[in-house]
Amino acid sequence: MTAEKLTRPELVCPAGTPASLRTAVDAGADAVYCGFQNATNARNFPGLNFTPAELQAAIAYAHDRGAKVLLAVNTFPPAGQTDLWKEAIDIGAGFGIDAIIVADIGVADYAARRHPGQRLHLSVQAGAASPEAIGFYCREFGVKRVVLPRMLTVAEISGLHQQIPCEIEAFVFGNIGMMAEGRCSLTNYATGLSTNMDGVCSPASQVQYEEDAERNLTTRLGGFVVDRFACGESAGYPTICKGRYHVVGRTGAYHAFEEPVSLNLSALLPDLMRAGVTALKIEGRQRSRAYVRNVVAAFRKAVDAVLAGRDPEIASLLALTEGHRETQGAFQGKTWR
Amino acid sequence: MAMTMAAAKSELILGPVPFHWSVETVRDFYFRIADEAPIDAVYLGEVVCHKRAPFFAPYLDEVANRLKAAGKRVVFSTLAEVMLPAERRLVEAVCAMGGDLVEANDVSALSHLAGRPHHIGPYMNVYNEDTLKFLAGKGAVHVSLPAELPANALRALGAAAPALGVSLDVQVFGRVPLALSARCYHARLTGRTKDSCQYACEADPDGLALDTLEGTPFLAINGIQTLSHSCLNLAGELADLQAMGITGFRLSPHSCDMVAVAEIFRTVADDALGPDEAEARLAALDPPGPFANGFFHGAAGCIRTGADRAQA
Repeated sequence: MTAEKLTRPELVCPAGTPASLRTAVDAGADAVYCGFQNATNARNFPGLNFTPAELQAAIAYAHDRGAKVLLAVNTFPPAGQTDLWKEAIDIGAGFGIDAIIVADIGVADYAARRHPGQRLHLSVQAGAASPEAIGFYCREFGVKRVVLPRMLTVAEISGLHQQIPCEIEAFVFGNIGMMAEGRCSLTNYATGLSTNMDGVCSPASQVQYEEDAERNLTTRLGGFVVDRFACGESAGYPTICKGRYHVVGRTGAYHAFEEPVSLNLSALLPDLMRAGVTALKIEGRQRSRAYVRNVVAAFRKAVDAVLAGRDPEIASLLALTEGHRETQGAFQGKTWR
Repeated sequence: MAMTMAAAKSELILGPVPFHWSVETVRDFYFRIADEAPIDAVYLGEVVCHKRAPFFAPYLDEVANRLKAAGKRVVFSTLAEVMLPAERRLVEAVCAMGGDLVEANDVSALSHLAGRPHHIGPYMNVYNEDTLKFLAGKGAVHVSLPAELPANALRALGAAAPALGVSLDVQVFGRVPLALSARCYHARLTGRTKDSCQYACEADPDGLALDTLEGTPFLAINGIQTLSHSCLNLAGELADLQAMGITGFRLSPHSCDMVAVAEIFRTVADDALGPDEAEARLAALDPPGPFANGFFHGAAGCIRTGADRAQA
């Protein structure tokens, strides 16, 4: 690799809890993202997320160490209940949060008007994938960065970079759903809890595991069988878009949408940086501190290696995909589609 | 509630055909809608996959003119997912057709239409009154709300809409769009990709059934789109919707007799047919799946609820 001049990307890391936030900062995160303990963010899981007081302390901790904190207020408030989202925006802005990640047009408009100096990022949940859509959010709400949907190739991201007036943040590692973010009602169809409005995808409260006499495992969401695993087979968490189904034209259980794979773009880091990606995002606010520490540290080393003109050491990341096969997803090329 | 119909007459709307029907089928379908169906507004155009759009393009003017001549309002819908250059060009071309004749199904289209009257489609995330107000300020005159919104949110939106000069519709019949993806699942099933799909979706006029491993019908695949297996039926909720200020009822096309479906919903909307009788008649038309209404009631979308109604 030639030692070309690359812009140093921001490593944006998940923080499901205050302890995870400190862990991510200590492991080399340039920024951490988190949410409040309610439906205003897309990882509204029990035992996860921050109280306002915890967020305030976390911001102080991160800022003392030169790291930024980004607040996800990235779900869609149902009519009549927007106050909770406005309150989240007000609290975050009041604490001097480095950016608020928004998806809903009404929430973005509120944040832009009420807190004109507050930096806004456009969440992947907004599903903005074209220069026209991204440009609209930049024009109307002063959005400074877009988190891209995981549907573009690296070449397409490079092309997009030339056509939009804001920074690009791209997912590089972690769990990936198959459906366009912010536009999936599969969980709500099966369970009555909405990904967009309640901030939950495949909530644990609606998951069932059943083992039969031969120790075969059936997993269900909201009563629907999502998958079956033979005794000894590695069983995955039941997510509709990663389940196996029967379909005419196929015999046996079929992954109609996607195999249970994890995204790992570590090998594409130099390409992403050349394509104009400003921030590299690691998924996993629901993950353990040990996971966060390992992934963040490995990516810190990899990014620094690329910047120094060395090949990134990425083998340690493979072990972290936790039994899943890894993929470069849509980023690798058009044949993924 | 059932007897308190709103004073204004409700509009019956035919949404765009979400499936890849042959051009002859689509043309004949719309000719029959023009000649026979008590539909007030017809939304035309490809919303799921840009690769399908060229097939119907030569017939678009003829169909639109026939529908207009029959007294129906014609609106052109845009793609729900916009990313590729071809998708962007298609959206731009449809938006260039003019002002309030276009329904935006993503923010790309909105960026073209902002500043002049237009419609907002059900694939746009309009979940609350603040978003509605912002979009009205950009020129939205009619909004089709997302299918997963529960009654209390619909009520709040219905209360906010008149002052904003916006009319609202919700889907009341047909499989519910649940998800979009960059990947084409019809192509995947046949070992192809979106670019090399050979229009595998053409084989399934109502989508391809996806059953769970214990044989329960669950979802339906339609190219990059995933739909419900069940068929939304809010015939029993029309009176509630009218009372909430929802003025349009949207039927999503299927291969069953949509003229007959429209006639039944028209009669229910006019308070001349009870929901139980409507349900029985709809069930006799071979709809694409069992009836469901869970989203409206704040429950799982797959559920059919309503204690006062007979099981079909």
